[in-house]
Amino acid sequence: MPLTGEATAVLVDILFYVFATLLVAGALGVITARNPVYSALFLVFAFINSAGIWLLAEAEFLAIVLVLVYVGAVMVLFLFVVMMLDINLTELRRGFTRFAWLGWLTALALIAEIMTVVWTRGLAGVDLSRGFVPEPAGFSNTRALGQVLYTRYAYPFELAAVLLVVAIVAAIALTLRHRPGLKSQDISRQVAVRAEDRVRLVKMAAEKRS
Amino acid sequence: MHTQITHLLALWGTLPSIIRTTVWILIITIVVILCVAFLTLWERKVIGWMQLRRGPNRVRIFGLLPGFGQPFADVVKLLTKEVVIPTRANKFLFRLAPMLALVPALAAWAVIPLSPELVVAKANAGLLYLLALSSMGVYGIILAGWAANSKYAFLGAMRSAAQMVAYEIAMGFALVGVLMASGSMSLGTIIAHQQGGLLSWNWFWLFPLFVVYFISGVAETNRAPFDVAEGESEIVAGFHVEYSGIAFALFFLAEYANMILISALTAVFFFGGWQAPFAGYPFLGATLLGAPSFFWLGLKVFVFLFLFLWFRATFPRYRYDQIMRLGWKALIPVTLVWIGAEMLMAAMHVGPWAKSWFH
Repeated sequence: MPLTGEATAVLVDILFYVFATLLVAGALGVITARNPVYSALFLVFAFINSAGIWLLAEAEFLAIVLVLVYVGAVMVLFLFVVMMLDINLTELRRGFTRFAWLGWLTALALIAEIMTVVWTRGLAGVDLSRGFVPEPAGFSNTRALGQVLYTRYAYPFELAAVLLVVAIVAAIALTLRHRPGLKSQDISRQVAVRAEDRVRLVKMAAEKRS
Repeated sequence: MHTQITHLLALWGTLPSIIRTTVWILIITIVVILCVAFLTLWERKVIGWMQLRRGPNRVRIFGLLPGFGQPFADVVKLLTKEVVIPTRANKFLFRLAPMLALVPALAAWAVIPLSPELVVAKANAGLLYLLALSSMGVYGIILAGWAANSKYAFLGAMRSAAQMVAYEIAMGFALVGVLMASGSMSLGTIIAHQQGGLLSWNWFWLFPLFVVYFISGVAETNRAPFDVAEGESEIVAGFHVEYSGIAFALFFLAEYANMILISALTAVFFFGGWQAPFAGYPFLGATLLGAPSFFWLGLKVFVFLFLFLWFRATFPRYRYDQIMRLGWKALIPVTLVWIGAEMLMAAMHVGPWAKSWFH
């Protein structure tokens, strides 16, 4: 007994509002949590909820990649750093009221941007009052994305890849330093070591205790 | 009797899909947990035999099968023990962490095709889903280590996080090779594409990737010889040092469920999943030996699980810097080279690329 089209649409609507509410709550948690570890976890929570919204929009590739890259890798490293650092909370909070106007300005700019996009889309004839338009059965999001990424946007894609490689090399080069007198292991020497180098077998005649 | 069964099956077909899916999820979860229970027994038995001991042989089921009651005795013991929460621990995260460790290990089974007919969710991006879930398992470990407010636990969590991030890359690249060979991210298609006997499975053409994937799988599950996150000789028990009772049991369950999962995934990606190794031998026909079925997947999973146990009984633990070296400097370059080799194979139409739907 599959659900009818209308029931599915209602269900999608309900799920959208659930995910959206949780997403906003998570985002508020990021900036209000006292403990930075909690902030990072709230961010993870927000990522997972936005992945849920993307799943509702049938963008399963983006949703899973969001979880894979941001939740699975980036936030793990974030947590890693936040847990290791001994963060002084009072020091961190001192600037909160002083820089509040900057935060408000950024938020306003973001809202303006989103509204402009919605407005221009509305002008272009996209009906924004409806929910997500379902894709035809058998449509593969991943395949569609790959097709434009490797044909139409091949150069920007490769450019982004080169930029990332440059960033990796730069990050390694910046943190690479040779301190004198550092005792580091030479793995190939360790592997190549033989018993003769470490142990000296001595043969001697038995002696009588005097 | 027979009519009753057909009647029941007909009734099953009329149930709403959400109920049928829920029942399947429950069945698979319970079976996985039972498998974990007997895997712990099998591990202790196998390692016992390898070390010329007997292993657990006291607790019986109804006076039969010496040793087989051991997992249940362990469960009862762990359930009745107190869950001690350290005074300065972060109580919420301390309780949440074991659940976060277990959930991805169970949720991954949703996309694994158990037999030619049976899979809970036929996801298009099943492979990506698995990668995403396996990368989320690390949260349970990191949070457990941090929330316990113990130095040993924290050290274990840090080691585990670095190790899992490093080996996930090698694992992902190995799966890119599988993806190239089958042209699909759906596990069902990946298995279907390996159709044929033993030599048409992916392991034959992607052998280096298979080795890299399985080694990374052992490292991802924090099993010996990559178990520095627990390292009982250095940091007592690592991330779960402060856990007791059923909270500890959940970590244990997660580790073993992950072992079964990695074994199943290795079977699916490189050994044809439910495909029969003797397929295509005409005299076997559609018998158990020649036909694809759940039996073959189960057998393959069992073999890989045995490898896990064998490794544990054989290899000494890696040093932390050696683990990092192996992951970054050995496994990742191997996968990159083999992806290049695959491009050559694809250009020359050999192996999996010789099949008709690639041209």
